[in-house]
Amino acid sequence: MIAAHVPVQRAPDARLLVLDEHGVMSHHTRAEFLDFVRRGDAVVANDAATLPASLFGIHAPTGRAIEVRLAARRSLLPGDVRRFSAVDFRTPTEHRALPPPMQAGDSLRLGPLTASVTRVLAHPRFVDLRFENRAGDIWSGLARHGRPIQYAYVQAPLAIWDTWTRIASQPVAFEAPSAGFILDWASIRSIRDRGACFATVTHAAGISSTGDEALDALLPFDEPYHIPASTAALIEASKRNGGRVMAIGTTVVRALEHAANGDGTITAGFGIATQRIGPATRLRAVDAIVSGTHEKGTSHYELLRAFQDDVALRAMAREAEARGYRTHEFGDSVLLVKRARS
Amino acid sequence: MNATNLSGLRVAITGGTSGLGLALVRELLARGARVAFVARHEDDVERVAREQHGAIGIVGDVSRKEEIHPIAIQVLGRLGGLDVLINNASSLGPVPLAPLADTECEDLEAALATNLLGPFRLTKALLGSLTASARDGRHPLVINISSDAAVNAYATWGAYGASKAALHHLSRIWCEELAAEGVRVVSVDPGDMDTPLHALAVPDADRSTLKKPETAAREIAALIAA
Repeated sequence: MIAAHVPVQRAPDARLLVLDEHGVMSHHTRAEFLDFVRRGDAVVANDAATLPASLFGIHAPTGRAIEVRLAARRSLLPGDVRRFSAVDFRTPTEHRALPPPMQAGDSLRLGPLTASVTRVLAHPRFVDLRFENRAGDIWSGLARHGRPIQYAYVQAPLAIWDTWTRIASQPVAFEAPSAGFILDWASIRSIRDRGACFATVTHAAGISSTGDEALDALLPFDEPYHIPASTAALIEASKRNGGRVMAIGTTVVRALEHAANGDGTITAGFGIATQRIGPATRLRAVDAIVSGTHEKGTSHYELLRAFQDDVALRAMAREAEARGYRTHEFGDSVLLVKRARS
Repeated sequence: MNATNLSGLRVAITGGTSGLGLALVRELLARGARVAFVARHEDDVERVAREQHGAIGIVGDVSRKEEIHPIAIQVLGRLGGLDVLINNASSLGPVPLAPLADTECEDLEAALATNLLGPFRLTKALLGSLTASARDGRHPLVINISSDAAVNAYATWGAYGASKAALHHLSRIWCEELAAEGVRVVSVDPGDMDTPLHALAVPDADRSTLKKPETAAREIAALIAA
């Protein structure tokens, strides 16, 4: 597949590959996703805004330059902003030496921020951090010193606004909930005009790749989310009337399925999604997903296996490859309807 | 004064360290709102944050495109959401005031950047939160501070008047468009006030004839509470 290399969120020529409930494939322009929204459906998107979570600085014990990528936070509360999980990072294209090994107690100077490593987690490059600054200074330090997490396939430096969806609200995501780039305010209006409803969850999307196989095997990290009462009510009303829930992005699936009860209703409020979604998952809340294209072996791809079987997904991957679909967060999209159980 | 009727409301005010903006910070805090304010100068921000207990000070310049998202991140991060945005920060254009024919292009651009582009960009960056507030049933509101110079043609007020006229019209169109999302946008003319901006424009004004910014702040608080 072709890596999307220009940070254009709403490329006018973006495409949409659809896999319907019978496993039948079709090609569309991305804007045509609206044609798959039916009266009575609930379209649910993640309204998390993206933090500029890449922090450059110095590993104090060795004096060496490091890049820290904030990767997870246990809480969405504004005042509880001291503790993060993070990975230390080197860009794959530069072939630099690995970052210095970090140990509990190490101090990091990250621009105006000071952090200490409180413990090393399941991998030597995966640590818990505690910022030593006051909450207000942490927010201003992140906002002004942080840069959007950027992968090598996008060459131009990303600005914060490149990583915010139109609906971006609380700044709690570490990477853009990029499926949401499909939405603009006119399309949200169009969803309502079709007799469907639009609702949001706020889910702290974590990083999707670290460039390290062992570390990537730990993904997705635990992710806190918030589901407004209004969203739970809209989903319940939609289900009651035979409508479907269309999730815009993997994070929405993760939040809604984590909060889903046996009867498909959703418990509103704060939660932490800890589960992995894969082929064995029985989806209780979500009926369809709009997503970017994902490569086999990633946690995002595993999640798609809850919607469609491997035969259909392999055919989709071949088709996307053959037709030059652009991968990654600024690329083309797929829409998968949950396979009808025969 | 009703001291509690805005309890829990999350409000952001630009230009919050002097004039009407400072009066709004005080008034809204006194009514129980949670207030974040934005201003350009760190010293002023720290002083006001120290003096106004509970106010959240954010250093930033709304006329600069690259500062909008850092401002938005701090507003949202620290308030946990937003119900009311007051675009109050204003630039007069040329000082002293000058006829349009003697106004430097750069002075007109500066007035547009602060009075039109800044409010447009900041509202756009915060719109996700404002619509989230609406979905929660909290009736969000954007207040753009305007002027009678937006409507009347006063000689020497060209840069300011044209930028405020554009902001006024932007507010009306945005209000039409955002009604479906449950976000109201209003343009408010607070009247001629005894503020540093007015002193720059009319240095020899009889200050006793000017409205106190505290009076205008009370009127705007009443509008928010209505």
